[in-house]
Amino acid sequence: MSVDHTAVRRIAHLARIAVSEAEVPHLQGEINAILAFVAELDAVDVEGVEPMTSVIPMKLPMREDIVTDGEIEPLILANAPLSEDGFFLVPKVVE
Amino acid sequence: MSDETHSRLIKGATADWEVVVGLEVHAQVTSRAKLFSGASTAFGGEPNTHVSLVDAAMPGMLPVINRGCVAQAVRTGLGLKAKINLRSSFDRKNYFYPDLPQGYQISQYKSPIVGEGEIQVDLTPDHSIRVGIERLHLEQDAGKSLHDQSATMSFVDLNRSGVGLMEIVSKPDMRSADEAKAYVGKLRTIMRYIGSCDGDMEKGSLRADVNVSVRLPGAALGTRCEIKNVNSIRFIGQAIDAEARRQIAILEDGGAIVQETRLFDPSRWETRSMRSKEEAHDYRYFPDPDLLPLELDEEFVAALATQLPELPDAKKARFMADYGLNAYDSAILVADKETANYFEAAARFEGVARDAKAVANWIMGDISAFANAHGVGVAEAGLGAGALAALVDLISEGTISGKIAKDVLAMLLGPDKGADPRELVKVRGLNQVSDAGAIERAVDAVIAANAAKAEQAKAKPGMLGWFVGQVMKSTGGKANPQAVSDALKAKLGLL
Amino acid sequence: MTDLTALTLAEARDALKSRTLSSVELTEAHLSAIERAPGLNAFVAVTADHAMERARASDARLASGEAGPLEGLPIGVKDLYATRGVHTQACSHILDGFKPPYESTVTANLWRDGAVMLGKLNMDEFAMGSSNETSYYGPVASPWLPPNWSAERARAALGGDKRGLLTPGGSSGGSASAVAAKLCLAATASDTGGSIRQPAAFTGTVGIKPTYGRCSRYGMVAFASSLDQAGPIARTVRDAAIMLRSMAGADPKDSTCADSPVPDYEAAVGRSARGLTIGVPREYRMDGMSGEIEALWTRGAEWLRAAGARIVDVSLPHTRYALPAYYIVAPAEASSNLARYDGVRYGLREPGADITDLYENTRAKGFGAEVRRRLMIGTYVLSAGYYDAYYVRAQKIRTLIKRDFEAVFAAGVDAILTPATPSAAFGIGEKGSADPVEMYLNDVFTVTVNMAGLPGLAAPAGLSAEGLPLALQLIGRPFDEETLFTLGEAIEQSAGRMRLPDPWWA
Repeated sequence: MSVDHTAVRRIAHLARIAVSEAEVPHLQGEINAILAFVAELDAVDVEGVEPMTSVIPMKLPMREDIVTDGEIEPLILANAPLSEDGFFLVPKVVE
Repeated sequence: MSDETHSRLIKGATADWEVVVGLEVHAQVTSRAKLFSGASTAFGGEPNTHVSLVDAAMPGMLPVINRGCVAQAVRTGLGLKAKINLRSSFDRKNYFYPDLPQGYQISQYKSPIVGEGEIQVDLTPDHSIRVGIERLHLEQDAGKSLHDQSATMSFVDLNRSGVGLMEIVSKPDMRSADEAKAYVGKLRTIMRYIGSCDGDMEKGSLRADVNVSVRLPGAALGTRCEIKNVNSIRFIGQAIDAEARRQIAILEDGGAIVQETRLFDPSRWETRSMRSKEEAHDYRYFPDPDLLPLELDEEFVAALATQLPELPDAKKARFMADYGLNAYDSAILVADKETANYFEAAARFEGVARDAKAVANWIMGDISAFANAHGVGVAEAGLGAGALAALVDLISEGTISGKIAKDVLAMLLGPDKGADPRELVKVRGLNQVSDAGAIERAVDAVIAANAAKAEQAKAKPGMLGWFVGQVMKSTGGKANPQAVSDALKAKLGLL
Repeated sequence: MTDLTALTLAEARDALKSRTLSSVELTEAHLSAIERAPGLNAFVAVTADHAMERARASDARLASGEAGPLEGLPIGVKDLYATRGVHTQACSHILDGFKPPYESTVTANLWRDGAVMLGKLNMDEFAMGSSNETSYYGPVASPWLPPNWSAERARAALGGDKRGLLTPGGSSGGSASAVAAKLCLAATASDTGGSIRQPAAFTGTVGIKPTYGRCSRYGMVAFASSLDQAGPIARTVRDAAIMLRSMAGADPKDSTCADSPVPDYEAAVGRSARGLTIGVPREYRMDGMSGEIEALWTRGAEWLRAAGARIVDVSLPHTRYALPAYYIVAPAEASSNLARYDGVRYGLREPGADITDLYENTRAKGFGAEVRRRLMIGTYVLSAGYYDAYYVRAQKIRTLIKRDFEAVFAAGVDAILTPATPSAAFGIGEKGSADPVEMYLNDVFTVTVNMAGLPGLAAPAGLSAEGLPLALQLIGRPFDEETLFTLGEAIEQSAGRMRLPDPWWA
């Protein structure tokens, strides 16, 4: 399998990474090189095999329903590029 | 086709159409902390205060699941008579939005914690439908973006980010707006009984995505549209009607329905498309590698099952059997658990059984009216169960009349809140006068004062009512009306 | 005056305990060494004041007899680990200026045990790389001289673009280079596809990636959640054992961290290898494998036989599929883990006309080429229509890879011996520019271990014909790091302690 120009643009948008028109062919080549590399997996017989769900056999631990965190607004906003009155600010989102 | 089916059809220009509705209800889990973090779920609060490093998706942060939220989902599943999946898993739903700090929502896509179930929905006292439940799963809520604080910027608050939600997906079993509204109402009641969701739609604890399609009766399912984020039961009904009519108009015009997501605009009573310049989301679901599959044992589920409170359907059946109430009254009483408990406490106060129907009537009538006017529940109106029991007892003993009782109730709900009804009646001298002598004197006095009318009464028996009124007035309402009526009939010669 | 940086971690620990040395002296010596080695570019942030403060506090504790297992020992921390108030960027531009208000569990454990932080170490951006050439801060140079290079030539290259100097491997290139150059006694590193073991192999140091879940991932910038694992790079097997004991342990803040007690790993160092069974997997003998590496491997097996172990041939049939499967699973998880780097709450923010613009510009500018490439692949293999064919299939193959190992262990094998890398260290700028896959092939021997969640240790075993370090890898049963330390020590004893290069860079 390989990707074409449209696919590269679509993937870039899904991943929210700006890609200029000039960059597309190179990126397309690189992605296709990797896809060619992984193509040999198609030959493996995976009939009846379950995909791996957890690398080590372990039960999902649960925590008690008590409030142990939060109320640290200054720390939450400490690294914010832009904030005001306790909110993070971003360019207006149009629904 | 039954009469009921026939009556639900929507009249189009050229045919009668059937609407098919399915609902995805998002219910906020009642818990102290969030689904995967230890921050508080408390409503309100200054922006970004109920936020942990995990909720803010700082580098290196990891989710840890809250046992309380898991229990709430299981309990709700039990309340929906649904299959509890002892093994379930979490998936990431990937998309970019400022109120989704991780860039993905942790949800359950492939293997939800609860499977198929059903709810019995009463449409009328003697007609109920069964609505199937497809599944219930746990997922994170997103934060909130405020778009109206500035012309150019959106303000992001992550307080809600990570709060636990239960998404309850119904089967497309509903056939009208009323059925859908009743379904949501019943689902809400069940969760409030269980205590797994407070159902406060104004606070956003409960919202629905409504799937609507239309078809000619007997035809295959039509293309559906999804109306997102409807946050009141009233709007759910309106949205369904508006969307059904929109689709019918298109189809009767020879067009086709485009499957899409829409929003309901209540001010215009119409739905509009949410189509944006990008194509439909590709969420790239995959199992969350930070979370192992959730495995519950039978004991965990069984313990939750034994601790479940009596649910509305069972309570209703028990009220009908044990208290002799009819379906209509029982349904009203059990619609709210606190009201039902209040009713029972009053009906059997101090181990004494009294006229349950009388207790029910007081609750459904005057007390509800007062409670609604003050925006509180019946049990918080201010009249204790013991006081209500005493009031009913006073009437059945003949100590006061029904009319006087209404006055007493008003006092107990108002200036005399907390007073003992028997004391109150005694102190205010409200005892009903049943003494035959006193009644006879009162009747004689009124007849004497209205001799002409008394003569006419013999020919016009309807005037008895006027005389009863006069005697009641002269006794300050305290005379036993039945006794007054009997005495008047005798004295006026109307027997 | 003895060169204090020549001490191993264990030797320094003993000297501090017996009070023949102070932490302040030891820390000062290492800070001086760091100051003399800026060209190596191993450190991206040096916390000198903080280190001296901690050293003084350690000396007080050593005096009052309250010393922890790592008391007063100066170490380096890979930039991947959140260190409170200190530069933590995973060597990416997109985390510009990020100083976390929290500490990772692994580093918290080290400070709990008394260690002293010298600073943050360079790495491949977001741990994606095998040569430390993708770092926003530029490449790291290995302290090993390229074959036939003079010190002057090397110094000149250090001051320039470093082309031709040897890479220390990656992604924990800064960690490996710093340890090998004796700028710190040991370093924390991380391993997703070989990022501890391969750099250790390239620099003649010891690196261990423990069993998945042995160490907590809380506070580690996530790359691929089901593969990432913390581990140390040190100069000797004993040093690595001492470090791992402090780093490892249960953590309720990480749902994938095992709740099992940490053994005294140092006690396993020096235990007899008698009675252990070592498996040699035939599938690791790859086409075109250099004669040198093959000979080293055979020699390693001989050493272990001489130490009393039994050597058997084993088969791990799905070995060859591990690398391609890894290059589906790891990028897929990364594409989701790195979605949070969006310019909204921390790090770099590039201007944008609307929110989508902001995301796209920030991420295009903030991520380097390798990261962007892997995010694209990861996004693709999870996308509608490709998920089953790529991601699910790769995860099924992963199950088969793990089963291969389980079968071998069930048959009585205690550990598996393989080469660590297909070659010795290569030059900066030499690989990967034409074809990204060329760089990926470096991980061919190490990636199987992450895919199966097993522990893997790389121990120096000799020098190439050109005088560059070569290492062997030992793969163990889940949570049996002790056997790896026992066997690693046997190799170290047989090979002789690796003589690390003298400073030519000062």
